[in-house]
Amino acid sequence: MVLKQIKILLKISHSEEIMRRYFVVNGFDGALTMLGLIMGFYVSDRVDLAVVITTCLAAALALGMSGISSAYISEAAERRRTLARLEKAMAASLNESHHARATTWIPWLVALVNGAAPLLIALVIIVPLWLAHSGMELVLGPLPAAMAVALVIIFLLGIFLGRVGGTFWLWSGLQSLTVALVTVGLIYLIS
Amino acid sequence: MASVQRLVLDVLKPHQPNTLEFARAIAALGEGYQVDIRVLEVDEDTETLQVVIEGNRLDFEGISSAISENGASLHSIDEVSVVGK
Repeated sequence: MVLKQIKILLKISHSEEIMRRYFVVNGFDGALTMLGLIMGFYVSDRVDLAVVITTCLAAALALGMSGISSAYISEAAERRRTLARLEKAMAASLNESHHARATTWIPWLVALVNGAAPLLIALVIIVPLWLAHSGMELVLGPLPAAMAVALVIIFLLGIFLGRVGGTFWLWSGLQSLTVALVTVGLIYLIS
Repeated sequence: MASVQRLVLDVLKPHQPNTLEFARAIAALGEGYQVDIRVLEVDEDTETLQVVIEGNRLDFEGISSAISENGASLHSIDEVSVVGK
């Protein structure tokens, strides 16, 4: 029942596309930020793994909070404006309608997606660091392993974008990967 | 009690939900509800519809709240067909 209601609200407010876009854009932000942070630690010699994990976690949380608050503020304002315009066109209050419910709930949903995408992706990237910190031996070493995970995620986000946009998946995956590799290269150059 | 068999309504609704979804929402209110909609006018944000609903025992209150729930407003009842017991 709740799912059906959410589906109706998403459809009425055309929010599925917005949420998909936010997921990819902020997910990409999260992955690239983590990649940059970890690369920064990698080129700085002898940084304690616990410090790396804490810093990455703090950055992940900050990205999540930033995603939630910024999306909520902008979406809520946008939805209120759309509802007011519709009420004016209808010359009636839409308080009891799906449109009013969408104005209340959709900004929260969009904010949740916008915040959760960078947070969850960052947490996945940090997994190799946790594993190494808890004593597990990694073939690549903790920092390169985390960077590899970040690169894979960025590549997958590119593929997802390619499928959404109807372009060749490998090409759009490689485009995203190129951005990530250029970032890594720039950090290496300035170190 | 007399039962409503046919209603012709003049309705103004936003573009979303679209006409098909709007018709489905009304038809889902009761078994055997037949809903025919004709779009009379389309504006920038709204569209005016002539909604014809036929069925054995039409629940006008339910139809009216389904219309409001979908963001539309009932402007007038243009035709009714009621059968007495």
